[in-house]
Amino acid sequence: MPVNPELVGRTYPPTAPYLVGREKVREFSRAVFATDPKSLDVEAARAAGHADLVAPPTFAVVVQEHTLAQLLADPEAGIDFSRVVHGDQRFTFSRPIVAGDELTATLTITSVKSLGGNSMVTAESSITGADGEHVVTATSTLVVRGEDA
Amino acid sequence: MTQLTVGETVAERTVELSRDSLVRYAGASGDFNPIHYRDDVAASVGLPGVLAHGMLTMGLAVQPVVEWAGGADRILDYQVRFTRPVVVDAASGTSVGVSAKVGALEEGVARIDLTVTVDGQTVLGKAQVRVRLDA
Repeated sequence: MPVNPELVGRTYPPTAPYLVGREKVREFSRAVFATDPKSLDVEAARAAGHADLVAPPTFAVVVQEHTLAQLLADPEAGIDFSRVVHGDQRFTFSRPIVAGDELTATLTITSVKSLGGNSMVTAESSITGADGEHVVTATSTLVVRGEDA
Repeated sequence: MTQLTVGETVAERTVELSRDSLVRYAGASGDFNPIHYRDDVAASVGLPGVLAHGMLTMGLAVQPVVEWAGGADRILDYQVRFTRPVVVDAASGTSVGVSAKVGALEEGVARIDLTVTVDGQTVLGKAQVRVRLDA
């Protein structure tokens, strides 16, 4: 089943707030081989003017994941998870994510294209802080393989 | 960092990935897709082996740039295209090579282009990091 082209422009409800934990930032930092003291040492982060540890750039995917789950669970989208391949990914920051942030993500589908039996879905998740200010936008293109692909 | 020139290599690193690395990333990120730790599941969906999470490759590839730039808070934008799967052997793991070059310079911002390779083949396309240079 092809991905529903009427998804374009659809915006999903904001996700429940995600509280960024200091130890989660440390755990994620180790997992991506980060060496930045601002991601590991609270004193180093504070010396640089941050309230707490600074998350590595790709940490935003942890929050974005909750929006992609909304998309995959949407029966009107018609996306078979077992056929999804991650095509590309982008993070565009207004400021870094810092431990203690309470982040909310809002997903908008910006494009659905068909290409050689596959569908390409571009999903843009705008992530904001508790103050409502933009922190980072995480954009994924998902390739949904067709039945014969 | 005022003496940067386009084409200059600013960082290089080789990261050794093992199955342990994949399990650690699964836990840290919450991505528990079994193709990243179970050979039987990977084989059943036609993959050449257990794969590293694309987001793990993306996440580790930017680290040499973060270190060079002086911290994660200097990264303004980061994008990649996933062009080739990274197979991680259960016994021997795999080596991921990262090379970071200056792709473009503008007022206070450098675009750093990453070349990320496994066994001499690139695994990420259009891997670009925009870095804030000013204090």
